Amino acid sequence: MSIAYMHTILTLLPFYPLVSFLLLISFAKRLSWQLAASLSVGAMALSALSSFALVWQLSADLPVITTHLWQWFTLSSSEQINISFYLDGLAAVMICVVTGVGLLIHIFAAAYMKEDENFTRFMAYMNLFIVAMLMLVLADNLVLLYLGWEGVGLCSFLLIGFWYHEKANVLAARKAFIVTRVGDTAMAIGLFMIFKEIGQLTITDINESARVLWIAGDNQPYWIALLLLGGAVGKSAQLPLQIWLPDAMAGPTPVSALIHAATMVTAGVYLIARMHGIFLLAPEVMTYVAWLGALTLLLAGVAALAQSDIKRVLAYSTMSQIGYMMLSLGAGAFSAGVFHLMTHAFFKALLFLTAGAIILALHHQQDLFKMGGLLKRLPFEAVLFSIGLVCLIALPGSSGFFSKEAIIAQLFSSPTAGPLLWVCAIVGALLTSIYSCRLFFLAFMGSARFESPLQPSSSKLVKISLIVLAILSLVGGAFGTALEHGLSSVFVAAPMVEMVNDPTWLHAVAIATPFVGIVFSWFYFSKYREVSHSPLVENTSAVNQFAKQGLGFDRLYDWLLVKPYCTLAKVNRSDIFDQLMMLNAWYVTLWHEVLASSQNGKLRWYVAAIGLAALLLTLLLMLNVGEVSMEIS
Amino acid sequence: MSMTIVMCALLIAGILAWFAEKLRRHSARNIALMSVLVTSAYFAFAVFTSHSAVNYGQLQELVRVDWIESLHIEYALAVDYLSLVLVSLTLFLAVICILVSWHEIKEKAGFYYFNLLASIAGIIGVFTAVDMFLFFFFWEVMLLPMTALIAIWGHENKHFAAIKFFIFTQVSSLLMLVAIIAMAMLHAKQTGQLSFYYLDWQVLDLPVSLTQYLMLGFFIAFAVKLPSVPFHSWLPDAHTQAPTAGSVLLAGVLLKTGAYGLIRFVLQLFPDASANFAPFAATLGVLSILYGAKMAFAQQDFKRLVAYSSISHMGFVMLALFSFNAIAYQGAVLTLVAHGLSSAALFSLAGMIYSRIHSRNLADMGGFWQSAPRMGGFALAFAAAAFGLPGLANFVAEFLSLVGAFHVYPMLTILAALGLIGSAIYGMVLFQNSFQGSLRTPDNRQFKDLSIREFLVCSALISLLIVIGFYPSLVLVFFQTADLAQVKDVLEGATL
Amino acid sequence: MSAIPLSHILILASILFIIGFVGVIVRKNTLYMLMSLEVMLNAVGVAFIGAGSAWQQADGQVMFILILTLAAAEVAVGLALLIQMQRKFKSLDIDLLSKLRG
Repeated sequence: MSIAYMHTILTLLPFYPLVSFLLLISFAKRLSWQLAASLSVGAMALSALSSFALVWQLSADLPVITTHLWQWFTLSSSEQINISFYLDGLAAVMICVVTGVGLLIHIFAAAYMKEDENFTRFMAYMNLFIVAMLMLVLADNLVLLYLGWEGVGLCSFLLIGFWYHEKANVLAARKAFIVTRVGDTAMAIGLFMIFKEIGQLTITDINESARVLWIAGDNQPYWIALLLLGGAVGKSAQLPLQIWLPDAMAGPTPVSALIHAATMVTAGVYLIARMHGIFLLAPEVMTYVAWLGALTLLLAGVAALAQSDIKRVLAYSTMSQIGYMMLSLGAGAFSAGVFHLMTHAFFKALLFLTAGAIILALHHQQDLFKMGGLLKRLPFEAVLFSIGLVCLIALPGSSGFFSKEAIIAQLFSSPTAGPLLWVCAIVGALLTSIYSCRLFFLAFMGSARFESPLQPSSSKLVKISLIVLAILSLVGGAFGTALEHGLSSVFVAAPMVEMVNDPTWLHAVAIATPFVGIVFSWFYFSKYREVSHSPLVENTSAVNQFAKQGLGFDRLYDWLLVKPYCTLAKVNRSDIFDQLMMLNAWYVTLWHEVLASSQNGKLRWYVAAIGLAALLLTLLLMLNVGEVSMEIS
Repeated sequence: MSMTIVMCALLIAGILAWFAEKLRRHSARNIALMSVLVTSAYFAFAVFTSHSAVNYGQLQELVRVDWIESLHIEYALAVDYLSLVLVSLTLFLAVICILVSWHEIKEKAGFYYFNLLASIAGIIGVFTAVDMFLFFFFWEVMLLPMTALIAIWGHENKHFAAIKFFIFTQVSSLLMLVAIIAMAMLHAKQTGQLSFYYLDWQVLDLPVSLTQYLMLGFFIAFAVKLPSVPFHSWLPDAHTQAPTAGSVLLAGVLLKTGAYGLIRFVLQLFPDASANFAPFAATLGVLSILYGAKMAFAQQDFKRLVAYSSISHMGFVMLALFSFNAIAYQGAVLTLVAHGLSSAALFSLAGMIYSRIHSRNLADMGGFWQSAPRMGGFALAFAAAAFGLPGLANFVAEFLSLVGAFHVYPMLTILAALGLIGSAIYGMVLFQNSFQGSLRTPDNRQFKDLSIREFLVCSALISLLIVIGFYPSLVLVFFQTADLAQVKDVLEGATL
Repeated sequence: MSAIPLSHILILASILFIIGFVGVIVRKNTLYMLMSLEVMLNAVGVAFIGAGSAWQQADGQVMFILILTLAAAEVAVGLALLIQMQRKFKSLDIDLLSKLRG
């Protein structure tokens, strides 16, 4: 294939879904389900095919494909911000995940949302999301990346609030948008700072100039990396901005799968991997990244243990898996982080979509304590769900195993991570297997706790997409070497982690951990898995409630930020400056009233006043005359 | 090109519309629309034909004749790219104004369109006058019809709002008048001849100890118009009470006269004094950004919310201008255009909602998306423009402003960036409270979607916002060579 | 015939003036007010005449004739207004006419 041909393919890549979006939004409800579904899925298929074609062509001889569309604006004579796409190994992994998993989820969504009256609007948003995500991933400069970054945020907002009649959904959407916006603002300031210090905003230039300008530990890369990290934690739902993700589950399930599991939430990981040139010069920030990842991993693991909503369990699980990716990035193992990003996209999409199928079969029942015994009733879904869980727990052979092992193995001797973080990762793995088992037991084993008859979906589209995702989840580990190879040209600057000094028992522990978790859960959660006739009640202890509410972060922020802001707004609703300005008016009015009261319209009063004034004046005159004459004499 | 023709045409059309309405109903709006379209066409034609021959990078004199000879007051008009861009914006929004008043104005329609057109003519005069006395004259000309628009066709509290608007602008412009007269006297003292001519003033050599007071006189007048905290409080009342077209005109162009004045007169006549004053002005800008965003969040009234958001946006202009940075300057100019479009869009939207439910209260709104999906889509896009979504014009404007300002005032810019969060919050409140959620009253079930006329207005605005958002060179190309030299000189002066 | 001292004339004029002035203030009836006004005018006239004779000049008498004419004109207008007032308000109470209050 000629290079010019590939440029064209790359240029057109984001435009298929864009065209589809425009058509869907313009014709809206006039389109039939068939037309709308085939339009949106067809556009996705075109994008996916193009991505695969492009990635196929990337090789050692041709590590990068770029294409320039037009000049956006000019910052200085030397720096122009272009609408240009830049495809290297890292971007290639991302576009494959975005369009590939995106295609499967679109197929699923076409069937899943068929009955919704706003089906076309839904598919339009999904397409728009893919456009924004592709912009984010393919951007050759940080401003275009920011465009995609905000674009996915907007789509996420729209899709969380898709069923906007419910107040709760509206608030969840608002929360997601504003919390991520906090991170985005940090990132924007990071951009300003990069431009001030380097004078460039093109990604490759920044990574190169940073290496030339600074040495590790300098002040500027420290702050820049910290600000970019702010953006990353917002989008990727990491501490301290993790609070929006569980609420974001208010959106339709395909949205949770696409945006809040597979693609958008990993944008933070992508950003850090993209800007690794800066991060490598700020080892302290690398350590922060690792620690934030580790803490989120543990926190989300604990919170997931206490959830009763199936989607919220998965949401916390997503947070904790992204914590792994962050941990990996912080340790300098960029490829491993990106590898986990990919496998996670496969199996978490599978988990969410299967959960969606189950929820639909149960008439929109999401409460785990109202499920149970589904293993026999929904065998197809149960098998797929367990495949997803196996990958999540990282049992040997599954895709999650390869990627998670790659991360854990590099933590111990990394200069920016270390043994303590390794322990965190192991504890996290243990937590993962425990909450996964709990989830499985509650949903699929034990006695059936639902009343209405099941209504399993018979749609072929649903089945096809789920099966393909399951296969990808199982064999996804095989992409590891190819990925490693493709990314090696991207992360040239990253120092290789020396693993020769690691004790040999590390691997054994890492592999054994999930099994320990499973055995533990088998006994600890026995009441969840055994069929009994006594009703199953949720643990309502204070500790459990605390964990269920995400360890009190919501309340903390509410008390620390939201309440003061609202109170301030309420107190000053009538605008203190306006009040001050109106003091003038009040003063004038006061005098007006005083003086006007003397104008009573009574003629005789006026006469009296004139007389009195004449008298006074005369007296005054006489006194003055006296004084003057005294002065003269 | 003759801007005089443009202004006279608008005025004459206004008078014609006034009388024609008495003869035939609804003839006023047709005359007004036609006249604006024709003058716009003439303006566009004149600019395009002269564009290649004349360098609008510098002020190009169009006409200069004596007006009041004894005082050396002249009728002098000149334009450069800044004026041309702002005049184009004015003419574009004039069309929008007439279209949004199409069915809204039923009483005294003839007089209404006369006031509208007179005000627009005055605004164009402000953007083109280079004799300071003439400038002041136009400054008042645009003000009086505007006050009439608010006072006669406004909402429930119109008289209060009109008087407040009038007093604020009058008091502040008196300060400017004093400064103008003082400058003319100083010119007489230095050269022996009274002069109100702008370019004459530019070559005057005055000590900073003197110019700082004159600068303040101009600054306060323009800061009130912009408006900047703490002189902003006329704006929420005026915007809220004005008829839709009045709000569009106020937010879209009248505020820009303040920014135009800052650029043309404060920065270019008193570069040194402004440089000394800059940290204070930039702080005011940041204060406006944050305070406006916070106040917008607190509002229950749709139009009031948008009004406070305007204060927040104009804070970016103030910050960017007083950063004395070429990038920030581009950002400031683009903000003028972008905010002109986006606030006009939001006010038009408020008018459309008001015409349906007869309320501006957000508590009465909600769930409109169900029956008016197109309107909801536009509302979302306009709200997104207000909170600076990339891809729309406001983003590029804010980004350039902040990038530039960061070079000079890093801490202030970081504070200003917090406004991005604030704008997201009020943007969400605005959009979600009106279009999402559930219906407040059963009557709202019949909430109608956009008519063709409204659709035209909305799509014209959104397409411009998107086009400028993705191709800002459309505006910025003029400012990369134009006034930058001036700004650069100022910058160098500031560092000395 | 010894001349009456100027001070006596001025005291008389003052007393007359004060009587007239108090009359204007205390009477509610517009007719009486007009009459009191006449008293005041005449008090001034007395003062003028007295002053004229004291200084042996005709100006005082000229002024008195002017005041007389003025008073005649004033009475004509005043009475005309009075009749209008009676027609419109059916009363001569001056306090009813307070439309000019602030």
